[in-house]
Amino acid sequence: MTDSSKQNDWTKPAAMAIPKGGFFKDKVEQGRYGPIFPKSPACYGFTIIAKIKPGREETIRAYGKKIEDTIAGLPEALEVLQLHYLRWVLFDINKETYFMYQGIFDTDFDKYTEDAVALFSKYGINTIFENLEGFPEDWKTSPAAFVKFVREHQCPSFLEYGEYPYVSAKEIKKALKLKAAFSEALDQMQ
Amino acid sequence: MTDSSKQTDWTKPAAMAIPKGGFFKDKVEQGRYGPIFPKSPACYGFTLIAKVIPGREENLYEYARNLEKAVAKQPDVLAVLKLHYLRWQIFQIKGESYFQYQGIFDTDFDKYTEDAVTIFSATGISTSFENLEGFPKDWKTNPSSFVKFVRDHHCPSFLEYGEYPYVSAREIKKALKLKAAFSEALDQMQ
Amino acid sequence: MHGATLELDDIQHILLTRAPAVTGRYEFLSFRNPAGGRAWLSAILEKVHSAKAMRDSVAKDKRWVSVAFTSNGLRALGVDGTSLATFPEEFKQGMVARAEILGDSGANHPKNWVDNTASPDLHAIVILFAKDPAERGRCESEHKQLIAQCKGVEVLSSLDLEAVPPLGYPHDHFGYRDRLSEPAIEGSGDEPRPGFGGSVKAGEFILGYPDEDGPPANLPQPEILSRNGSYMAYRRLQEHVGAFRDFLRQNGETPEEQELVAAKLMGRWRSGAPLVLAPHKDDPELGADIQRTNDFNYKEMDPHGYAVPLGAHIRRMNPRDTAANMNRRRMIRRGAPYGAHLPEGAPEDGKERGIAAFVICASLVRQFEFAQNVWINDKNFHELGNERDPIIGNQDGTLEFKIPKRPIRKKITGLPAFTTVRGGAYFFLPGLKALRYLAALGTAT
Repeated sequence: MTDSSKQNDWTKPAAMAIPKGGFFKDKVEQGRYGPIFPKSPACYGFTIIAKIKPGREETIRAYGKKIEDTIAGLPEALEVLQLHYLRWVLFDINKETYFMYQGIFDTDFDKYTEDAVALFSKYGINTIFENLEGFPEDWKTSPAAFVKFVREHQCPSFLEYGEYPYVSAKEIKKALKLKAAFSEALDQMQ
Repeated sequence: MTDSSKQTDWTKPAAMAIPKGGFFKDKVEQGRYGPIFPKSPACYGFTLIAKVIPGREENLYEYARNLEKAVAKQPDVLAVLKLHYLRWQIFQIKGESYFQYQGIFDTDFDKYTEDAVTIFSATGISTSFENLEGFPKDWKTNPSSFVKFVRDHHCPSFLEYGEYPYVSAREIKKALKLKAAFSEALDQMQ
Repeated sequence: MHGATLELDDIQHILLTRAPAVTGRYEFLSFRNPAGGRAWLSAILEKVHSAKAMRDSVAKDKRWVSVAFTSNGLRALGVDGTSLATFPEEFKQGMVARAEILGDSGANHPKNWVDNTASPDLHAIVILFAKDPAERGRCESEHKQLIAQCKGVEVLSSLDLEAVPPLGYPHDHFGYRDRLSEPAIEGSGDEPRPGFGGSVKAGEFILGYPDEDGPPANLPQPEILSRNGSYMAYRRLQEHVGAFRDFLRQNGETPEEQELVAAKLMGRWRSGAPLVLAPHKDDPELGADIQRTNDFNYKEMDPHGYAVPLGAHIRRMNPRDTAANMNRRRMIRRGAPYGAHLPEGAPEDGKERGIAAFVICASLVRQFEFAQNVWINDKNFHELGNERDPIIGNQDGTLEFKIPKRPIRKKITGLPAFTTVRGGAYFFLPGLKALRYLAALGTAT
């Protein structure tokens, strides 16, 4: 951490206003599947919102339990996604139900989507998306179609704030482990 | 961290499925202003969704730019909220604009409601909320009306995942500082 | 309206002054019918001193009386439903209904309270402070006669208060010096002493005046009932002196070490000297010097808690410069100890002793309940994890107390409960005009 660039000072909380559309026009980086959403003090992330197919609410809710059980049995199941937090929400607007996928993670969107597709397939969670309107039928064979769906449904933030900006989940876990080990050592010396 | 109860083991990522409505019926804890939304592996948090008063989107975008400056000027201005991350979006549903406030933080909203109202006031956040339909006019003098707005517009998650579950932002920052200091110490001993 | 002039002749004295008393008595009353309640109130209200009257006569008076009512009590006197509805939610619910929020569970649960204050029939309290036991006895008989004359007024329970010897200065049964930190109310004529954080706007404690946020808002109706009034949270805390002394002996080998342990739990030596200013050695002169004993802070002077542990009692009850909006979180404390003194060296005798205190503030939810819920009983206070306030927090024997120390901090595990809640209630403390209004209900219109 003594090597952190001046730009990524994690010691002070930071906020970043983002233009409508989610990009800084003169600084757009191109990824394999399209332009990359910029990193913010809240790292990388997305907010995917999609209308659910009528009547599928309970089916979608049931995936919550499925993921809880998967992670309880295999905590590192989603490691590759380099997540900090994930939240899935169902909400109503004018009596129609929408699904929202909020993720905060350390790998840019472009890389993440493929890994996510692969992982979700592996753990049988992939099928949740089939309950969303407009989800491509050929997603299994076409990652590009999946990415297109995600990009079309991504709602970029116009403000992002991080209390410990830009720090990766990996860095955080290492630091927590170090502090715990140190604390244990002190306790043992009582 | 050696003191954390077995239930809140931060060393393994964890996911939690949450019933519709946001509460575990038999375990509802009462706060000073009403029932407390439960803590999850993603700590405490909100997803507030409210319709933007037509034509007012630009006020919100401008507000974001002001907040970025406010945080740059005084990084701990939002300290009282005990945030990890904050993200604001404006998204469209059938041509109408909706505002979303996603927050991940360490204190259940009930505990610091009055301080949050004061901070929102001091930083102009509440004034930006006045661009949302349904925001109460007496929010300044009546914390319970502010709380009601939040409760009415919060969309609880049905799934939450944390890579380092339950750990507070303060704990994270302390651990990062410790690791940085340790690293520096090692460098000095070369 | 800055520095609003306080109507000192209407505000009950207990809000603004401490009676120079060594004994006292609380009586908890129930009114079987409104007429009886009002008859009692009419008779007693001439004995209730305003702040002005008390200041004028304090040299010659021997007794001071205050009266206050629960939400059920206001209803029992005849306050109508529309007015009652304008009172704050937590006051209407009553302390028993707020038990979970306050941390009153386990041994502290209202079902274990001993004085009938948990009963919905608790309507009023009359508080007596007296200069000496003879005066208290006289007042007690006088009141007994009054009750006998007022049909339908019943005494649910009573409690005698006694100062704990040695009588040189006020202290509790654990030996801690009392009455050291009190907010100075703007316009009261009291000057804030060093370290007290400046004057606090009157509206933080007295209804009808501007508070730290601005002009008065959301006052209960009618105005004559709420103006110059306040709210009181009553807490009867039994102090387990034997367990406390045993704990000191278990955690300190010499008397000096034991005093230091006592100091670390509280944040002050038992003499009152603050650890921030006297971190290693007691300083009784400092403890007694009101100009110096409160002149310290934490963020600047003791950020890591090497002097005052982060979870110590006074650091929780008043986080000073480490908390936001402190001026919205201040409280006025009144009250006194009860029960026979347990002499040093005498074994625990099983008799109940403790302190019976009032926390006075303009908003129970924002001031009293906040302190209980967020500072005293929250295990996450300062991210300590497995700690609650060591003196008045809800201790079930599983929690700990960390004392920062170089090179290695000390951690005490399995902290016993030194106190148990034995009674409590939320009261409304009306101004004098309001008392007259209540006494006259049902006769006018």
